[in-house]
Amino acid sequence: MTAGAPALRLDNLCRAFGGLQAVDGVTLEVRPGERRALIGPNGAGKTTLFNLISGALPPTSGRISLFGQDVTDAPAHRRAALGLARTFQITNLFPDLTVLENCLLAVQAHTPTRFSMLRPVRGYPGLLDRARATLASLELGTLGDAVVKNLSHGEQRQLEIALALAGQPKVLLLDEPTAGLSPAESRLMAGLLRRLDPAITVLMIEHDMDIALELSEMVAVLHYGRVIADGPRERVKADPQVKEIYLGA
Amino acid sequence: MSTEFWIAQSFNGISYGALLFLLASGLSLIFGVMRVVNLAHGSYFMLGGYVGLTVALRTRSFTVACLAAAVAIGLVGIGMERFFLRRLHGQVLGQVLMTIGFALIFQDLALLIWGGDPYTVPIPALLTGTVRLGGAVFPIYRIFIVGVAIVVGLALWLVLDRTRVGAMIRAAVDDAEMAQGVGINVPRVSLAVFALGAALAALGGVIGGGFLGVYPGADFEVLPYAFVVVIVGGLGSLPGAVAGSLLVGLLDNFGKALFPELSYFTLFAPMALILAIRPTGLFGRS
Amino acid sequence: MIGRRALLAAAAVVVLAVAAPLLPAYPLTLLTQALIVGILAMSLDVMLGYTGLSSLGHAAYFGVGAYAVAIMTTERQAGLVACLVVGVLLAAATAAVFGLLAIRATGTYFLMITLALGMVIWGLAFRWVSLTKGDNGIAGVPRPSLGPLDLSGPVPFFYFCLVSAALAWALMGLLVISPFGLGLRGIRGSETRMQALGYNVWLHKYAAFVISGVFAGFGGTLWAYYNGFVSPNDVQLVTSVETLLMVALGGPGTLIGPALGAGIIVFLKNFVSVYTKRWLLILGGVYIGVILFAPNGIVGALRGRRR
Repeated sequence: MTAGAPALRLDNLCRAFGGLQAVDGVTLEVRPGERRALIGPNGAGKTTLFNLISGALPPTSGRISLFGQDVTDAPAHRRAALGLARTFQITNLFPDLTVLENCLLAVQAHTPTRFSMLRPVRGYPGLLDRARATLASLELGTLGDAVVKNLSHGEQRQLEIALALAGQPKVLLLDEPTAGLSPAESRLMAGLLRRLDPAITVLMIEHDMDIALELSEMVAVLHYGRVIADGPRERVKADPQVKEIYLGA
Repeated sequence: MSTEFWIAQSFNGISYGALLFLLASGLSLIFGVMRVVNLAHGSYFMLGGYVGLTVALRTRSFTVACLAAAVAIGLVGIGMERFFLRRLHGQVLGQVLMTIGFALIFQDLALLIWGGDPYTVPIPALLTGTVRLGGAVFPIYRIFIVGVAIVVGLALWLVLDRTRVGAMIRAAVDDAEMAQGVGINVPRVSLAVFALGAALAALGGVIGGGFLGVYPGADFEVLPYAFVVVIVGGLGSLPGAVAGSLLVGLLDNFGKALFPELSYFTLFAPMALILAIRPTGLFGRS
Repeated sequence: MIGRRALLAAAAVVVLAVAAPLLPAYPLTLLTQALIVGILAMSLDVMLGYTGLSSLGHAAYFGVGAYAVAIMTTERQAGLVACLVVGVLLAAATAAVFGLLAIRATGTYFLMITLALGMVIWGLAFRWVSLTKGDNGIAGVPRPSLGPLDLSGPVPFFYFCLVSAALAWALMGLLVISPFGLGLRGIRGSETRMQALGYNVWLHKYAAFVISGVFAGFGGTLWAYYNGFVSPNDVQLVTSVETLLMVALGGPGTLIGPALGAGIIVFLKNFVSVYTKRWLLILGGVYIGVILFAPNGIVGALRGRRR
């Protein structure tokens, strides 16, 4: 890891699906500790970009690096080990397990304990405590024994974040954290996100413009797979091209 | 090993591959459209052979036997899909168990109706005997099988490529949800494909019954072959079914001729190799 | 939670141990068979119920273990420990090789590849006549003896199988409640999430596959001693599918459920076939019935109601 390197750097990243260029030469640099929003109309390629960064999808061309280390060819779990975490736009939890078990999976993911085969999980109080603490920090402390598929949508979205945070990530990709939430729940979620550890670098896709701009000082705008604006939020807000996309459409 | 040996074995392999094509093409399409695991597909083959046998003995017509078997087993397939498999969409284990349940029931019914002795389906005199081409001798019946497979293959390709129904089927194979979204009646297309697959398997059973015979156990014997063809060729791909059938037919034949002790190993080792390079089969998509 | 289950299991073991000398010979041998097949069913549950991978070729590892014992006892008069070790190691090696091929596939492909791999073993058993005596099978496998202990009588052999099954159950039970086991259940829930969290999903699935094969092989070694005779029928497709049925009937993901399912199928097979030749028809009906009426199996249904 190079000192002073950006937390996340994308170099001319491209991803094509047959004839469609979903991501078209995206170059982006996010500094450590920065909060950047990634906005753009539907179909602009935001989630595809996240899939490229997290390793769920290989790029057609271009490079990705985390803290100066090239991870373009690294599988998803290796990137996670380097400190990358993400949430999913469509809730992706473990539906038949309890909330605590979900969080435990996230906590033990980077520890050698995950290969322990002859000792029950409850024999690792340290892990259990960490899991409970993470749940508590996201206001899920009382729901530990609830089975995930019985949770409300809002609680599931909170658990999405909990799973990403439990591994103590350095770079956090949030994919529409307020998706499907009521205005009140969105406010609650915004409050939780505001309290995130400032040392974590956050790249957030968000449709709710108010929340996106409230939580991030830097904004990148994606349109047809290309970055058409990238900088401090006030400047981006005033950009005529951005205004046309959002008001013209 | 003389040239005659290689020519004869290659031809045997190709003709067996032709038979497998009848069995596996339907299976591949069924998988492609419905993602259904049907372990009773071998049963369709076997039952088709038995039905064809009875009809051929009664009517003394091979053609009628083929038609009757295809229609009868096609109906069985429709019944299975419509009333049992449809509710198990996406549940792999459920599909496996239910279709095996049917396979066992079919096996026992066949035993009950036709008994445990092996039979051969009587074939028309026109197709018996051999023909001399070049220096080698070829059984006419095996040439007939290859011919049937080519005709069926061409017909399938024409339907898939040139007709509206074919376009609907290809759309459903590509993305069933999208196809439903643009107004294609995917359940009806699925049912039609399932019936077609069953009918083709039954046809294979009658034709196969002419030289392999019909006997208890044919269902589970032929099932792994069909699966290997579909794995190697790729789910939902017609060219894949052609390539897979030829490959499996040839490999199996040469394997049995040259290394009889290694049996299925000579078949599955190349399959494993192919899968190691292309996990979704030669023509498949992930 | 494990406290209650362990207690129930211990109680069951005690009851069986006490009842054994009092039972007539036929039910005792059936119970012995149920225990052995129960080990196979539980090993499949690790793959199916916990990791979510439907394997159609599990009889292969069972068969490798069985044939290893059969060959070693009839040709080399090898002792119990040697046979068990070799049987289990060979099954593990088979699973290790097969796993490399199968684990990269998912869903339907996995099913078909495991079916094909199971057929490879069946084919070898059938055709490698110089080693396996082919269709004739290998007969004359003697009951074992452990040092001074002679295990050939029905009751001592039953105890031997009871201890083995209890040990297998305990080890697999520990596995599924361990962090590794939790990881397997996570894989069953969402592989993509596990990847995103940082798990090398392929590695975990592979490990589960091999471990499952080890226990299946262990069951196979016991089977050779129990049956005295090993043939290609023990590794045929129908056996693999029957194991699937036992898991589904008992309840996938409950470990003890599949063992129960094994017992039920063993008893059904042996009783029903006495009264009617249409045993296959009935078995087929059971398959369909389970899917239609008890998709979570017996134990699954009981647990569901308790929640």
